[in-house]
Amino acid sequence: MSRIKGCFEALRAENKKALIPFVTAGDPSPEVTVPLMHAMVEAGADLLELGVPFSDPMAEGPTIQKACERALAHGTSLRDVLAMVSEFRQTNTTTPVVLMGYMNPVEIMGYQPFATAAAAAGVDGLLTVDMPPEEAGDLIAALKAVEIDPIFLLAPTTVSERIAKICAEAGGFVYYVSLKGVTGAANLDVAAVEAKVAQIRRHTEVPIGVGFGIRDAETAQRVAAVADAVVVGSAVVNRVAENVESPEKINEAVAALLREMRAAMDAGPPQMGWFARLFGAGN
Amino acid sequence: MSSEAVEPEVAAQPDASGHFGVYGGRFVAETLMEPLDELTAAYERLRNDAEFRAELDKDLADYVGRPSPLYYAERWSRQLGGAKIYLKREDLNHTGAHKVNNTIGQALLAKHLGKRRIIAETGAGQHGVASATVAARLGLECVVYMGAEDVKRQALNVYRMKLLGAEVVAVESGSKTLKDALNEAMRDWVTNVDNTFYIIGTVAGPHPYPMLVRDFQAIIGREAKEQMMQAEGRLPDALVACVGGGSNAIGLFHPFIEDKAVAMYGVEGGGDGVDTPRHAAPLCAGRPGVLHGNRTYLVEDDNGQIIETHSVSAGLDYPGVGPEHAWLKDIGRASYVAATDDEALAAFHDLTRIEGIMPALESSHALAYARKLAPTMGRDKLIIVNLSGRGDKDIHTVAGLEGISV
Repeated sequence: MSRIKGCFEALRAENKKALIPFVTAGDPSPEVTVPLMHAMVEAGADLLELGVPFSDPMAEGPTIQKACERALAHGTSLRDVLAMVSEFRQTNTTTPVVLMGYMNPVEIMGYQPFATAAAAAGVDGLLTVDMPPEEAGDLIAALKAVEIDPIFLLAPTTVSERIAKICAEAGGFVYYVSLKGVTGAANLDVAAVEAKVAQIRRHTEVPIGVGFGIRDAETAQRVAAVADAVVVGSAVVNRVAENVESPEKINEAVAALLREMRAAMDAGPPQMGWFARLFGAGN
Repeated sequence: MSSEAVEPEVAAQPDASGHFGVYGGRFVAETLMEPLDELTAAYERLRNDAEFRAELDKDLADYVGRPSPLYYAERWSRQLGGAKIYLKREDLNHTGAHKVNNTIGQALLAKHLGKRRIIAETGAGQHGVASATVAARLGLECVVYMGAEDVKRQALNVYRMKLLGAEVVAVESGSKTLKDALNEAMRDWVTNVDNTFYIIGTVAGPHPYPMLVRDFQAIIGREAKEQMMQAEGRLPDALVACVGGGSNAIGLFHPFIEDKAVAMYGVEGGGDGVDTPRHAAPLCAGRPGVLHGNRTYLVEDDNGQIIETHSVSAGLDYPGVGPEHAWLKDIGRASYVAATDDEALAAFHDLTRIEGIMPALESSHALAYARKLAPTMGRDKLIIVNLSGRGDKDIHTVAGLEGISV
């Protein structure tokens, strides 16, 4: 069984939802990343998304754009990211790691060489933002041959036939982009997310993660109530960015955020009434 | 020629999903897949719609001023001492370049799709001006993304866009040039996709853009073919056009693709030289990759990161190129060469002094290659150079390079 599948099955057995933080590898410098990965697991992360820095991150808001720029200032390459996963695997063989990024670094490395190297490093999934399944035939084949899950995005604009088509190709989990916009946007509508997740659920048994716009424990809790996994990117990267000048504080800053999210998610769905009183009316 | 305004000349390319051989395609975030399907369907319907074509033809004639002349540059040809050089005068179009052929067409598509807001990216500012122009005319909101570096070197065009009512956003990320403007336009589009039409300015980006921009620009080649037949009674021997993203070049080349005896030369921005790190010549010195929605040749490093390009001409300062050019290169139908900054500037001065025509620095790259090519050909040979834009916008750049402040 793949690590991703095992992870979701174990969580389901405990009636818990997956917390998936995202960090850009090499941000703000290469030596930060592996200890940060371990710290995130320690703080309650179930699966890690590791961003592969790219010079032209078209789907990212300013937070992750700047993270890419910081990582690229040190020349962090796809091969460097694979080396980080390898190093992480020396002491952690259970937490799934998904690489997330853009097509070109994989394209230049070559699908077969990438798949072989990624499998050897201990990568469990690959999500390339600008690679829809229509273009991904050869890549999917290369990944599946080494048991790496191809992870695909679904969006508010994805119509039913495409949902079915994409879910048929998807491995590990599908990633629902909760809003029309870039990462770090602030217009999350949980009711709309719930409706779309229900629509996706009719097409697939694969777990459904939701990302974009999840900023804090409250939004994490509300999204966890309707999805199988909560992906947190810009909010985590912001904690990194706030500590660029004092990198020794990064692990704790990120861990503190994840612990709050973990606790809120494990507390179960928010009760109407007390939640609104405590945190405001929300949506 | 007008009734065929958007008829494709070579039906075979791209395929139904937008591939020119292995190039092109649609490499975008999932959110944009449905809007791109919608655009493709609308375009397929409208390209054969008599009313749409009539509307487009009327705008091209009465608003743009088409057909543009094919001018025999007799004095320059004689001085070079070889082939006769004809200039396709896209510089005489309304707004001063070929870009408006495309923005007129895409604005009509936006109107038919009911989108009230248009966005565009721009390098030299010509596409931004052409977009702001059609937006003003149709009463649409217009936002133009432009790299902060380009905002500085093309101040005149920035002001023109503002006069036309457009908002110009200076993009500060990455290398602060055209590629970053494109990234930012994509981010806007993915956020405002419900009410926004993205007018891409060149034959790149996700399908159907490389196809539809080509179809709108192919009027250049169709006219040139007919005009050359009238002037000389035969087809030209060679076509020369500059290539940034490649829309003016594909516009000239496309109607000639099946005419195998016509040689085609695309001229990239050679910067300091394609053997130096400072150039903008993906076809001459790059390799295939995926960027901005399509697979094509890119200027990139060994890790797949896009490298900052350099060209004296902002309109050529882009690390990618339209996928149809990548395909034409691989099948050997077109040749791609580069002209350096210095060669382009020399050609700029030549045409200005010898013919009294001040070309855009982009077009000067095509002229620079024609200047080398013509003397190698006999006096009975015919070359068409696409004079894709006029040089008014570049006067500050040229003066600055010569240490003159105007």
